[in-house]
Amino acid sequence: MSEQVMAATPHAVLAADGTPLKQRLQKTLRRRKLIAAGLVLPLGVFVFVTFLFPIFLMLFRSVDNPIIHENMPQTVAILEQWDGKGVPEEAAYAALVRDMVEARKNKTIGRVATRMNFEMSGVRSLITSSARKAKKMQPPFKDALIKANPIWGERDIWVTFKRLGNEYTATQYLAAVDMRYDSDNNIVQQDEDRQIYVTIFGRTLWISLAVTLLCLVLGYPVAYLLATLPAKYSNLLMIMVLLPFWTSLLVRTTSWIVLLQTNGVINELLVWLHVVADEDRLQMMYNQTGTVIAMTHILLPFMILPLFSVMKTIPPSYMRAALSLGANPVRAFVKVYAPQTVPGIGAGSLLVFILSVGYYITPALVGGRTGQMISNFIAFHMQKSLNWGLAAALGGLLLVGVMVLYWAYTKIVGVDNMKLG
Amino acid sequence: MKKSLLLTSIAAVGLFAATTAFAGNLTVVSWGGGYTKSQVEAYHKPWEAMGGKKINSEDYNGGLAEVKAQVESGKVIWDLVDVELSDAVRGCDEGLLEEIDPSILPAGDDGTAATDDFIQGTLVDCGVASIVWSTVYAYDKTKFSGSAPQTMADFFNVKDFPGKRGLRKGPKANLEMALMADGVAPADVYSTLTTKTGVARALAKLDTIKDVTVWWETGAQPAQMLADGEVTMTTAYNGRIFGAQVTEKKPFVIVWDGQVWDLDLWVIPKGAPNKAEALKFIAFSTDTKRNADQARWISYGPVRKSAAPLVGKHAEAGIDMKPHMPTAPANFKNALQNDFAFWADHQDELNEKFSAWLAK
Repeated sequence: MSEQVMAATPHAVLAADGTPLKQRLQKTLRRRKLIAAGLVLPLGVFVFVTFLFPIFLMLFRSVDNPIIHENMPQTVAILEQWDGKGVPEEAAYAALVRDMVEARKNKTIGRVATRMNFEMSGVRSLITSSARKAKKMQPPFKDALIKANPIWGERDIWVTFKRLGNEYTATQYLAAVDMRYDSDNNIVQQDEDRQIYVTIFGRTLWISLAVTLLCLVLGYPVAYLLATLPAKYSNLLMIMVLLPFWTSLLVRTTSWIVLLQTNGVINELLVWLHVVADEDRLQMMYNQTGTVIAMTHILLPFMILPLFSVMKTIPPSYMRAALSLGANPVRAFVKVYAPQTVPGIGAGSLLVFILSVGYYITPALVGGRTGQMISNFIAFHMQKSLNWGLAAALGGLLLVGVMVLYWAYTKIVGVDNMKLG
Repeated sequence: MKKSLLLTSIAAVGLFAATTAFAGNLTVVSWGGGYTKSQVEAYHKPWEAMGGKKINSEDYNGGLAEVKAQVESGKVIWDLVDVELSDAVRGCDEGLLEEIDPSILPAGDDGTAATDDFIQGTLVDCGVASIVWSTVYAYDKTKFSGSAPQTMADFFNVKDFPGKRGLRKGPKANLEMALMADGVAPADVYSTLTTKTGVARALAKLDTIKDVTVWWETGAQPAQMLADGEVTMTTAYNGRIFGAQVTEKKPFVIVWDGQVWDLDLWVIPKGAPNKAEALKFIAFSTDTKRNADQARWISYGPVRKSAAPLVGKHAEAGIDMKPHMPTAPANFKNALQNDFAFWADHQDELNEKFSAWLAK
């Protein structure tokens, strides 16, 4: 609309070919935008295929619950009508027998049993053994099944069947926060001797905070030196920061084992110096201390580099001005220098914190009993228990946690006040 | 089902595109280290010499995660995998493994039919066992000048045998050993563990050494921890300790009392590219001669009765291997077989309980 108005005004500026300049400018800009979008497209596709899509798949897995639904269709359909009181009618038992015969033929009964076993410990072998007998069962099936195993006469297993018959489920997320459904489908706390994940989430948060804080305390002076020393020294210092940064994570972690273990370099030295007695050597490895020390060392460059890049831009004249105006060095530092490094502190802390929250190899190697983090449990459920749904739910919670923290951070500090290198 | 299969396959193709496999070769996957070496020497070399397909040997860390990913994505690159019994049963249940007909297995050298020649319980629907291995505990004899530990109970006796302990970070074998140390007969261990009080009893026994325990995860760690002096006794896989004793001349002693023995089996992932050839390899590598030969390289026992008397001297060190076998009569007196059915039923619950106990 406004374009037409502009074009219609007699004083509109025209380009060399006679079209209004404004129109031509817009055309050029649009073309540039298209070219820019075209250049970014491969990266966009790459990020989508290798990053966003797998994350979506993972989140989908945490609620996806196809096994019972697909392999026990008749039972699921009948149980939908069941009011959940007492035990179901004969029809449900008959459907279960038919489904079991079919599932055994298709060799899917094991998957059904495994899925059920995640919710009710110990029913796996019971379901497979009942399924073995199912083919020879005669009506009434209710009596036949209860004869095969009395558990079929109990309400619990049917309630679980009905609940897992849903195509989508929240059980994995409940399990990830130490909750479960009881036999009346109320959400309750997991038994106390099986509560684990809340503790581990808390520990992950605590270790990550400790590592971030330690990195800041250790990294700040180093970054300051890097930014203020003459090039001759600061280059050397920079190499000392970067060399470990380029070294393999595994090598650095195992080096810490060599240094810190009970018969390691540091303990030997302390015993030799008679600082500690031979029989009570310090336990610095295979516990939380080991995890925090090794992770702090490994993540330190992620704190130093953003801090350095910010400090490099602060003119030294500001401090000199503050001092010459009468501030003592501490006051000048606190009032003039430190506030200007906040974007670096923010970026470094966020980087270190987010990396720590997902740390896996280092805690696995040096964490022992008390230094394990949530990623170790995710790996456990991916590789060992094959409970990928629970692994996905734990990962989903971790993702949401990090996003909430990031959101809170940008609210408090502001995303502009962050300089990532 | 189709939809989710498609989704997972797209994701997994990306994962496996990096791994190249020669379709012509037979990809055999095992646990690495001295164990894989024993298989290369006893099975792979003679197999290739006989004109079998060239073998591409890969290492992995146990578990079914890779097999599951390959089968679900429809891009199977492994032909044969060496797995523990509980994984062979579970993988079969979940439809991840091919069924293996025992009639392909040759009769023993003494003419016994294969199904009779294999120790009972070593042939399952989807797997053929190759070795018996065992979780035992071992100590460093230089650390004990007076009496040395001899029984499972001694492992938990920190008063008479002070020093750090090493245990695998997981409930399997630990709960069983704790109960045996607490006086439960091997035959009653699993029936005790099915009750809540039984599990509590095992954890209470483990509580007595919790503060002095260092936890290990991979098979190579315990021997290393013993060698470093990080622990004075540790549970371990017997072959690893044997390796340290023989090839590195370490002063380690294995205590066989209360050993928990288990099997390793060959399985074929569903849809393996060279299934026919893989079956032939299984038949070849588990015959009497190969089964006995394998034990010349590492102290894991043969599963064929006809192979037991043929176990000879170690191929390099030249010592007699028979007394080092988990199944040797002197070692086998107070032994417990790992109950795969029990673990398949209860592992999820017990893993949680164990992790919760560990985190406390």
